[in-house]
Amino acid sequence: MESTAKPKVAVHKFSSCDGCQLAFLNLGAALMQVAELVDFTHFAEAGPLAPDAAVDIAFVEGSIATPDDLQRIARVREQSRFLVTIGACATAGGVQALRNLANAGEWIAGVYARPEHIHSLDRSTPIAEHVKVDLELWGCPVNGRQVLGALRALLFGVMPAQENDKVCMECKRRQTVCVMVTRGRACMGPVTRTGCGALCPSFGRDCYACYGPAENPNTAALARRFEGLGLVPEAVARRFLFINNGAPAFRDAGLKSGERHDG
Amino acid sequence: MSPATAQPATDRSPGLLPHERLQHLLDALSRSGYECIGPKLRDGAILYEHIDSVAELPLGVAVEQGPGSYRVDMTDSRRRFGWANGPQAIKPFLFAPREILWRATQREDGTLVFDARPPACKPLAVIGARACDLAALALQDKHFLGGTCPDPGYARRRDGLFIVAVHCSHPAQTCFCASTGDGPRATSGFDIALAELDDGFVAESGSDRGAAILDGLHLSSATTAQLVAAEEQGRHSSEVQRRALPGRNLQASLFANLEHPRWQEVAERCLSCGNCTSVCPTCFCHSEAEVPKLDGDSSLHEREWDSCFTQGHSYIHGFTVRPDTRTRYRQWLTHKLGGWHAQYGRSGCVGCGRCISWCPVGIDITEEAHAICGPQP
Ligand code: SF4
Ligand code: SF4
Ligand code: SF4
Ligand code: SF4
Repeated sequence: MESTAKPKVAVHKFSSCDGCQLAFLNLGAALMQVAELVDFTHFAEAGPLAPDAAVDIAFVEGSIATPDDLQRIARVREQSRFLVTIGACATAGGVQALRNLANAGEWIAGVYARPEHIHSLDRSTPIAEHVKVDLELWGCPVNGRQVLGALRALLFGVMPAQENDKVCMECKRRQTVCVMVTRGRACMGPVTRTGCGALCPSFGRDCYACYGPAENPNTAALARRFEGLGLVPEAVARRFLFINNGAPAFRDAGLKSGERHDG
Repeated sequence: MSPATAQPATDRSPGLLPHERLQHLLDALSRSGYECIGPKLRDGAILYEHIDSVAELPLGVAVEQGPGSYRVDMTDSRRRFGWANGPQAIKPFLFAPREILWRATQREDGTLVFDARPPACKPLAVIGARACDLAALALQDKHFLGGTCPDPGYARRRDGLFIVAVHCSHPAQTCFCASTGDGPRATSGFDIALAELDDGFVAESGSDRGAAILDGLHLSSATTAQLVAAEEQGRHSSEVQRRALPGRNLQASLFANLEHPRWQEVAERCLSCGNCTSVCPTCFCHSEAEVPKLDGDSSLHEREWDSCFTQGHSYIHGFTVRPDTRTRYRQWLTHKLGGWHAQYGRSGCVGCGRCISWCPVGIDITEEAHAICGPQP
């Protein structure tokens, strides 16, 4: 195959920590193989710079949180056949979406000595709120298995299998002992989307929902269970209003527990 | 009893294996080519894992189970099997949580070659299986080995399996095997069965290979007092069980109550998380998927545990048959306690109580069945 015939891929960064891009950079030998299959036209963290070049697949990390983000995402969409969001920021607004629940102007004034230098939007929002997204990969951060699986499927011309089961399913497949049942830990696994391989419970800690809501999540039942385990409503609210606070299922559950606290 | 007065255990009459000789049983099994799998305390639960020595068994461990709760405690008992069960049964050793079924490779001319990947497997001896586990095993055998297409991986692992059952002496608060008729005493399906007493194990064989292993241990006969004690213990284990299903065959009653309001009520509590089906020793649902290699030339066909509580379980092209928890919970109960009668000639529940203990919100299958079916004649 001639190198010019290779599909073109871009990896863009918006408002984020760069962690999801590491899912590519940490691939090791597999990254060499990826480089044989596709041309990375733009991947600032790895070298290539051509943010406005037309590509077959654009991986987008980060949320829309500044006026500049707003303009750039429109250009990225125009230049990409397929747009894939990677991570909690791009897919749900990220931890920085907590500002959506507060007065962002007041926060900035409280934190920065010269707030007039901060150019940010009042809200941090997911990519899909602004442009059409073809595929969303959840996780904070996403992992190599996910990005390779998505890339391989798209190169075949099909969508990757969707992963929307609860973390508990994978936890049990791994024969991990449940931390909620044996130790009363407030585990978010029963409402969280699988994809990480039930990592946290395998190290004896509770899931904090970095992969966002699973399909059909019963947040109300889990919130009641957390209260039964001794969490006050405010603490329950914090379990939901964390990395994926911008995902509607978690935001609504968190606000509801928060109201019980205030009321 | 002193060795001088001991009668040798005659063929298939119960012998007595003193506590301090349990290691000899493990050694005999190892010498016969088995890898020993036994109960171990790990991360706050009893799990079946590889063992070399009896020192790894949960000496003096007691387990308190309740809806959504499992707690271990240390006692000064000399017993190693004084607890009911952990989250696994024998299931994960035969029906693997995840395994590769075949690899498909594309040749230069575009045609595909499939190669089955027979799993590497060593014969296993599972030590400490319970009566409910054996009843569940018999059901999984029907599912995976019955019919015209037996599952080859399951069959290979099943062939190599040696079972040392231990009669249940400490049922959990969640157990109800007496009501389903599956326990607490193991009556068939084992190679060796042990009743653990304070002075040792009353040991009997249930197969020729079990008898051969016991013969090699040259046990003395169990005394009448020991046999009576073992029987007493079994009766007690049955009597202390407080939970029960409303009947042994709920098929008609469940299918007559498909619109019962309780389905919605339980759906409001249920997380649709699939923990119950994953720990259930009889549940066999799985999904299959392709895992292509990055170069695109070959692909692994992978099977993993699925559950009627996932969306994918009832997804058919463009449509999810059971989109909500009401219909998923109803599927679980009507299949397990109803449809299985038609499929396998009995209920799919062996009364192990695992789905009650390991449900993060403590939903109790016996309570739901009573609410939906009412008292049975
Ligand atoms: S530890 Fe968490 S993820 Fe694992 S089964 Fe328990 S609740 Fe589910
Ligand atoms: S267990 Fe939960 S918090 Fe931990 S990596 Fe997985 S999704 Fe994230
Ligand atoms: S339905 Fe529950 S109690 Fe019955 S066999 Fe399955 S896990 Fe055990
Ligand atoms: S009954 Fe319990 S374990 Fe089963 S899916 Fe519902 S919440 Fe999960």
